[in-house]
Amino acid sequence: MVDLSLATLVTQLFTGLVLGMIFVLLAVGLSLIFGLLTVVNFAHGSFYMLGAYFGFFLFGLTGNFWVSLAVAPLMVGSVGLLVERFLVRPLYGRSIDDPLLLTFGLSLVLIEAARLVWGKIGVTFDPPRELGQAVNLGFTLFPAYRLFVIGVTAAVLVALWLFLSRTDLGLIVRAGSRDPLMVQALGIDLGRIRLLVFGIGTLLAGLAGVLAGPMRGVYAEMGVTVVIEAFVVVVVGGMGSLAGAVLAGLMIGEVVGLTTLIAPKLSEIMVFIVMAVVLLVRPSGLLGEAGLLE
Amino acid sequence: MTARFASRIGTHPVLAFLLFFAMFPFLVPYKALATQVLIYGLFAVGFNLLYGYTGLLSFGHAAYFGLGAYGAGIALAKLGVGSVWGGLGLGLGAAATGGALIGFLCLRRRGIYFAMLTLAFAQLLYFVVFHLADLTGGDDGLRGIPQLPARLPFLALSLESSLAFYYFALALVGLAVVGLRRVLDSPFGAVLQAIRENGDRAVACGYDINRVRLLSFVFSAALAGLAGALEALRLTVIPIESLYWTTSGQVVMMTLLGGAGTFFGPFVGAATYLVLEDRLSVLTESWPLVIGTIFMAFVLFLPKGIWGTLTGGIHGR
Repeated sequence: MVDLSLATLVTQLFTGLVLGMIFVLLAVGLSLIFGLLTVVNFAHGSFYMLGAYFGFFLFGLTGNFWVSLAVAPLMVGSVGLLVERFLVRPLYGRSIDDPLLLTFGLSLVLIEAARLVWGKIGVTFDPPRELGQAVNLGFTLFPAYRLFVIGVTAAVLVALWLFLSRTDLGLIVRAGSRDPLMVQALGIDLGRIRLLVFGIGTLLAGLAGVLAGPMRGVYAEMGVTVVIEAFVVVVVGGMGSLAGAVLAGLMIGEVVGLTTLIAPKLSEIMVFIVMAVVLLVRPSGLLGEAGLLE
Repeated sequence: MTARFASRIGTHPVLAFLLFFAMFPFLVPYKALATQVLIYGLFAVGFNLLYGYTGLLSFGHAAYFGLGAYGAGIALAKLGVGSVWGGLGLGLGAAATGGALIGFLCLRRRGIYFAMLTLAFAQLLYFVVFHLADLTGGDDGLRGIPQLPARLPFLALSLESSLAFYYFALALVGLAVVGLRRVLDSPFGAVLQAIRENGDRAVACGYDINRVRLLSFVFSAALAGLAGALEALRLTVIPIESLYWTTSGQVVMMTLLGGAGTFFGPFVGAATYLVLEDRLSVLTESWPLVIGTIFMAFVLFLPKGIWGTLTGGIHGR
């Protein structure tokens, strides 16, 4: 029988929260990109993987984790800008499936390119020494690095929320997701806004990758299962709803965390069971609007 | 010139198909490649029914290919079913049942959600099969599928030589292609294409488009399942990867390379993909990089695919 003391349970809840935070970072980016560009970015997981590898590469170069954390997401975001400009942009106005197909091809290319550059076997990427210990939370010891991940993600989400709700640019992004024609009629160049949003979304994926690297290992296929789980989070939360993505991400993180404790074999499957239940009960997702962008 | 030749083939598609594939094993470097083209071509035909003709992009067709393979494999290797036909039938049945269940759930959402849902359910199935190792072999794949002869009323055809297996597969794939041609030429086929072109108008014409979509999903899953079952018989082992998302991606790429919504596109695409893979993997380990790049170029510049471009594409056929 599994030891289900309160301390183990709470520890596992914290572990689930950390996983949930990674899901949230990915799902928010996916949702932003989808909302404004109507592009399902299949390569989102590959940007996550690139973030982890760039972080590892920068760490090897400078020996400083903080440089990795600050610079790697920017590098990933820059790759994202190039991808939007040269690969995704020509597909606007074509079938909604075409960008999905293109980014699928791109994910294959990026995974294979990572194998070519960094080898077939994954690399290890240690958390910074300052965060290497465990923190005593009173009831249990918890790795400081994981607490740090929770903190950084929360801070980034607050910043993103402020950007979207309090700035003019954020207002344009929100308006563009709701009614792009009207926004363009008001004389706003949506092309540049799309570029920016794709950049931000991929930057967030890169950040998730750098943060996850020291916890989950760095390897070329690391993004694949994660991106599918992030898709599920977006579906469960309701497409285009940022609050929904946050809620669903945390929820699924916790569900996976708790299942890992009780029945480890089921943990990979639980994500999809949650999705099937939500679909049957509430097809538009927890906080989604019915019929949006179908 | 090529276009006229191609459109002439278009008027007798099934005959052209049989003639070409009767000679095909002698045109490729080795027989196994020819059989692979047939099987993956059939898989792509199934996918194309849903994507090319009904307009629904599934990113989880590995599920039905895998259900067909595991259905046939488990029947022959674990349940003691003593006939090839029984194995094929159970594989096809498993795929069609799975298609009905998953299709019902996925069709609750449209458009881009649909693609993501099919992918998610396929991954669910992958993990289930992965963990049911007693029945499925788990990570190692399912081994020990016996090579039985195909028994007909008056003869038993041994399938051990690769040429014999090729013609056995050709007979079944040919039947499936004939069946598909009839379905597409039927009023039902016309409704499928009407839904692809304009779903709202099809509703206004009084069609229950959800039922039609689900039927198309089940047909498509059954064809993919037959392909999977044949692959299980050919290999006598089933690698777990047949259920993985990469297999779903493969069939998407084959169909798009060949030409979605065209009758022969899937076979052209399967042949192109498999020959490319065969040639490239000798040259470099990073062949997916090359294929991925070619695929992206097709999405950007040749969305109608090889066969679609030659014949004028979806609308010209």
